[in-house]
Amino acid sequence: MSELIDVAAGEGLLAEPVLSVRDLRVWYGTDRGPVRAVDGVSFDLQRGEILGLVGESGCGKSTLGRGLLGLLPDGAASDGELFFDGTDLLSLRPRDFNRLRGSQLGMIFQEPLTRLNPLMRISEHFSETLKVHEKGISKEEIKRRSLEALRVMGIPPTRFRAYPHEFSGGMRQRLMIALTLVVRPAFVVADEPTTALDVLVEAQIIRILHDLRATYDTSLILITHNLGIVAEACDRVAVMYAGKIVEIGDAREVFSHPQHSYTRELLRSTISLRTTGLNYIDGAPPDLVEPPSGCHFHPRCPDAMTVCVQTEPEPRVLPNGTRAACWAADLRSDVVSLSAEDRAPLVREEIAVADEA
Amino acid sequence: MELAKQARGAESREGQPDLPPVVLTTADLSVHYALQGSALARLFGMRSATVKALDGVSLEVRRGEVLGLVGESGSGKTTLGRAVLGLAPSAGGSITYHTDHGDQVVSEMSRRQLRGLRTNLQMVFQDPTAALNPSMTIREAVGHPLVIHKIARGRELHQRVNEALERVGLSPVERFAPKYPSDLSGGQKQRAVIARAIILEPEVLVADEPVSMLDMSVRAKILQLMLDLQEELGLTYLYITHDLASAKYVCDRIAIMYLGRVVEIGPTAEIFANPRHPYTKALLKAIPEPDPTLSVPRDLPRGEIPDAAVPPLGCSFHPRCPEAVAQCGWESRDLRALLEQHWTRREPGTFEAEQDLVGNLDALDTPSTTARLAGDPVQVGELLERIRSEDPDEPLWLGVDSIGDVGGQVQVDFRDGVDPPLRRAGGVDVACVLYPDQDA
Repeated sequence: MSELIDVAAGEGLLAEPVLSVRDLRVWYGTDRGPVRAVDGVSFDLQRGEILGLVGESGCGKSTLGRGLLGLLPDGAASDGELFFDGTDLLSLRPRDFNRLRGSQLGMIFQEPLTRLNPLMRISEHFSETLKVHEKGISKEEIKRRSLEALRVMGIPPTRFRAYPHEFSGGMRQRLMIALTLVVRPAFVVADEPTTALDVLVEAQIIRILHDLRATYDTSLILITHNLGIVAEACDRVAVMYAGKIVEIGDAREVFSHPQHSYTRELLRSTISLRTTGLNYIDGAPPDLVEPPSGCHFHPRCPDAMTVCVQTEPEPRVLPNGTRAACWAADLRSDVVSLSAEDRAPLVREEIAVADEA
Repeated sequence: MELAKQARGAESREGQPDLPPVVLTTADLSVHYALQGSALARLFGMRSATVKALDGVSLEVRRGEVLGLVGESGSGKTTLGRAVLGLAPSAGGSITYHTDHGDQVVSEMSRRQLRGLRTNLQMVFQDPTAALNPSMTIREAVGHPLVIHKIARGRELHQRVNEALERVGLSPVERFAPKYPSDLSGGQKQRAVIARAIILEPEVLVADEPVSMLDMSVRAKILQLMLDLQEELGLTYLYITHDLASAKYVCDRIAIMYLGRVVEIGPTAEIFANPRHPYTKALLKAIPEPDPTLSVPRDLPRGEIPDAAVPPLGCSFHPRCPEAVAQCGWESRDLRALLEQHWTRREPGTFEAEQDLVGNLDALDTPSTTARLAGDPVQVGELLERIRSEDPDEPLWLGVDSIGDVGGQVQVDFRDGVDPPLRRAGGVDVACVLYPDQDA
């Protein structure tokens, strides 16, 4: 299992990670059998680090994010190890987990208005949050800390006593971030925090998230389908496909030299200002009740070989420092040797034009 | 799987003397929505405020082109798309659809006439799940327009639905036609919506964010389908989007919209190579690029789209504009924003002292080129001077005509602003004071 342990390139000898995830699995029960939404995920998160989590819809990004906070719906089960500050969160009693949540572990959601109470002033939101998590905190301290959090988010102190509806969409998202950070959590999951916002406001929020570590010592997992956001705001990136992390590493390195075929195809299918031809990935992400054999991406992969159908690739650290689970990448970097039979290109089944996500 | 982009008219058209004919014109088009006032105001028949969703938009759309309407939410791009189809109440100006049999003024049509228009103008919606009736099979949904307009029935209907489904890639037809929308993926549903839009063989298709609800791996596929259909069927597109990257790829011309107006319009290549309006520049800079060599931009416009019910004086973009100058329309609300911004950088104690000094700022919310601040004139004057010295480059100060003591209060007088119209600048039209009339 030692290969599974992911070490951030060049910082491996630094302090203890904030969060250590080992072989995390999350599944939902259905009539047809368990849906393996997160299927053996391992990674470390360093203090103050921003890790981007990307992939198509239905790849398990949100489930993983919620699983890390113990916020899974009824009917979901999880297994594996989730070390936070030396404790395995998954072995905690629900009450103890609940105590950590909010004060040590935070979450920022996509639609902020549904998370704010329309009948409470902003000041009341702050005082409630602080009182719940820091018993006996003084009134002056509440005000000082709240105004400080607002200031970092660029919200004028004159708005402290306003109601949520008096704020614009971008301001509300900043409020949510301020409310999450005011208790100084060690680690925060942000699930698509800018998807509902306009381009310019989105850029403002990304900048705020990017600058967070200057003010707070918070580690952040940023879940998004927008690869551009990851490139601009994250230190490292994890690419998820069919419930697994297929590639993880330094964000710059992963984007400039993608190793896994899925990462490469995902980058190619993104429409950016420099797009000169439209590319896409054939087919759709698999049904997680019965995922394909071997590498789950093989039915859609342009590089698929015979071995990809038969044997699931191990996650391996490649010469460029990223960790990927891809036979083609292993072969390219001479990390493994494969027989000619294994290397034979896979004759792919025809995928109909409209078989898509 | 690389799909070559077809060489389309954009570049070649510029040099040609014979432009394709204009199919659609909007002239000074305005759409206003009434805001619901208080119950008492309505009881007394008082006029409630209106939001100018569209405020004097003049455009020409030529046959076979893809015109992009790009802007943030609240820019009026969707309203413009709906108005073209007669789906938004026009408060002024006109929309004219030019056919071989003469002009049809959409904005004056009755409901019945509008229905006839639908055989020529069709729409593709953003959310395919909401656009399809969940209790109709794909065959029924796609064939519905032919039934409503009594164009085909029986075998011919069956045949035409098959053709439309094949055209949009929903083949083998027998596999998709009997399905319900809930059985299909997002991309497949959008294909069905497109099939329904083209089955009447329309001339113009308004596509409102056709790919923004879809997963990123299929966006390119659906866009390519739309481009292929345009080629095969000779369609004209109004492509509405907030995504400049996809607009750059599919559009021949682009209109950048802000708060109900077109602020810049021109050929796509020119807009991207040489953006002129500060808003266009900001939008281009804000797009997150999946390129690790670029970093987070620092000089982005502050704030958000203002309230369209009481738009800023002068140019609507001036409160956020990094290039604003003296005559952009500075006013009392900008002074309030400046004070509040100043306070976000102060310690709580300083903020409270300064706020007590100037008192309630609500009087500044009424737009005016004259702003008065309560409190001791000397101290308030010093406060303003302090704010100015902290950031002397703040463009608001360019618009200040004078600061004086009037009746024991500090009065700030702003210069009168200019609301710039669209004017020719290089290969495009821009509405910005930085680009005065070339002929003048």
